[in-house]
Amino acid sequence: MNADCYALMAEFGDPAALIAAVSECRKRHRDVDAYTPYAVDGLPEALGFTRNRVPLITLIAGVLGGAGIYALQWYSAVVDYPINSGGRPLNSWPVFIPPTFEMTVLAAAIAAFLGMLFLNGLPRLNHPVFNVDEFDLASRNRFFLCVRSSDPEFDLDRTRDFLRGLQPLRIIEVPA
Amino acid sequence: MGTDAGTVAPAPGRRYTGAIVTDKISELVLARPMHWGFMVGFALASALTLLLLVAISYLFARGVGIWGVNQPVAWAFALTNFVWWVGIGHAGTFISAFLLLLRQHWRTSVNRFAEAMTIFAVAMAGLMPILHLGRPWFFYWLIPYPNVMNTWPQWRSPLVWDIFAIATYIIVSLLFWYMGLIPDLASLRDRARTRRQQIAYGLFALGWRGEARHWHRFETAYLLMAGLATPLVVSVHTVVSLDFSFGLVPGWHSTIFPPYFVDGALYSGFAMAIVLAVPMRAVFKLKDFITEKHLAKMGTLMLVTGLILAYSYGVEVFNAFYSGDRYEIAMIENRYFGPYAPLAWSVILCNVVIPQALWSTRLRHTPLALFALGIVVLVGMWLERFVIIVASLERDFLPSSWHMFYPTFWDLATLAGSIGAFALLFLLFLRFLPAISMSELRKEVREQPIPASHA
Repeated sequence: MNADCYALMAEFGDPAALIAAVSECRKRHRDVDAYTPYAVDGLPEALGFTRNRVPLITLIAGVLGGAGIYALQWYSAVVDYPINSGGRPLNSWPVFIPPTFEMTVLAAAIAAFLGMLFLNGLPRLNHPVFNVDEFDLASRNRFFLCVRSSDPEFDLDRTRDFLRGLQPLRIIEVPA
Repeated sequence: MGTDAGTVAPAPGRRYTGAIVTDKISELVLARPMHWGFMVGFALASALTLLLLVAISYLFARGVGIWGVNQPVAWAFALTNFVWWVGIGHAGTFISAFLLLLRQHWRTSVNRFAEAMTIFAVAMAGLMPILHLGRPWFFYWLIPYPNVMNTWPQWRSPLVWDIFAIATYIIVSLLFWYMGLIPDLASLRDRARTRRQQIAYGLFALGWRGEARHWHRFETAYLLMAGLATPLVVSVHTVVSLDFSFGLVPGWHSTIFPPYFVDGALYSGFAMAIVLAVPMRAVFKLKDFITEKHLAKMGTLMLVTGLILAYSYGVEVFNAFYSGDRYEIAMIENRYFGPYAPLAWSVILCNVVIPQALWSTRLRHTPLALFALGIVVLVGMWLERFVIIVASLERDFLPSSWHMFYPTFWDLATLAGSIGAFALLFLLFLRFLPAISMSELRKEVREQPIPASHA
């Protein structure tokens, strides 16, 4: 653990090189991040990240949204404000379906969006990686590998040597 | 990263890279190159938007009496505009969500501006029923909320379903669009030239930094949203059509309305997408990304939806006679041979006859011809909605109450103004946000290279 250093960053020119470097790096280090300009197929797997909880959050919200609006319709039409409309049943479920469907979709979509942000720890406007000038290219055409100093095996010199062996375009020290 | 807008392109014959794609598209909003076409469009759109504001102010001051509506034609321009605008939005969702699920890679170049088109079209649509209410300040009575009147919305009414459908549609479209924008806003933040740009784009980018795990969750959420938006878009125009088919008016009371309306919606939406894409790619030099192939595919989709629509017109006439219902038969006779017959035949001409030109491969690859056809279809679809609504209402069950509808200046001003406001919003979008998804295109150029031609 090093107090002045957040991580060591290695810059690569193409995604295949990054994936290979990530796989190599993960054999020695635990706290490894990768930054890319687009969603690179196979990279999450190389990082050992294959499942996320966005679908579960979306499902729960969708079910709650649909059940909630159906319950509201049932309560208002059967209990609170019953209207006898041509002797039809008060709980006339077929006509309650359109709002139920719409609210299921609305709740699920909002949950998918907010759930994604929440699990990603966003919005977070500042982050140590932004202190690196070259990191601007992570949203353009460069691929970055990051070994955080919180990693138990992290040592500024030894990790730098190791990263050099992966043949990146450059190695950058990220200040904390 | 400052380079002149003109130089941000590979030499002809070379391929685009992720870097060039990012520079070229972000340049359009960061440097904002001027073009006379943009200025003319902006001036025109602003003038029409002012007209809309005047029309709305006068309407709020005087009431719906300034329009040509009366009994029995109580629904006319406002409802026609509403159905037309919602429909236009549908193609945007179809392109961005449905084609994503089908892994149609060509959508990458067109989905962003198509989604923007959806949002602005639905915004215009949402305005119309509110304007049409006699007391627009009570529009929120449609929403279930605890109130001192101790009342609830009538859940059995399609008009209540409508507000749920439209509100859900606009919120989900906005979220889907914004979510896709986040990585691009981060690109703009990183490439910003001024502090103001950096702060503005930085705030909206929410601190996106492209971490691999973030991308994984992002892609999951994006796919889920697409999966939710696809049935949603079908439900929206279905509910809109139920506003009509739940009524007993001949010409409205029909079970074919939901598929018929959804298909017509997509038809007009593809037409609008073409009408927007053709000038956009010329003015902003995006011809390498939005190619003639993209336009041709949208042309094909227009042809398919147009044929389904033609079939629906046929079924509508057949059903009227097959049912033997004298009111249905009278409605069809009135539609095609009554006082609104010229409009009804214009619908057939614009939506069925002229678009058959799309069978020609050469025409589908001629942007100008597609643009003209798009306008024809948009006019045809507006007239179709007008004929369905007004020609059906005009002949009431009692001949003594038959009454023609004639639009007033304020009817026309609201329609023209809404087109202007839509155009204004779209032009502002092109100025401030990337018109093509940079992050998706970066991935695309790696998998399927885009050769540079005339830049």
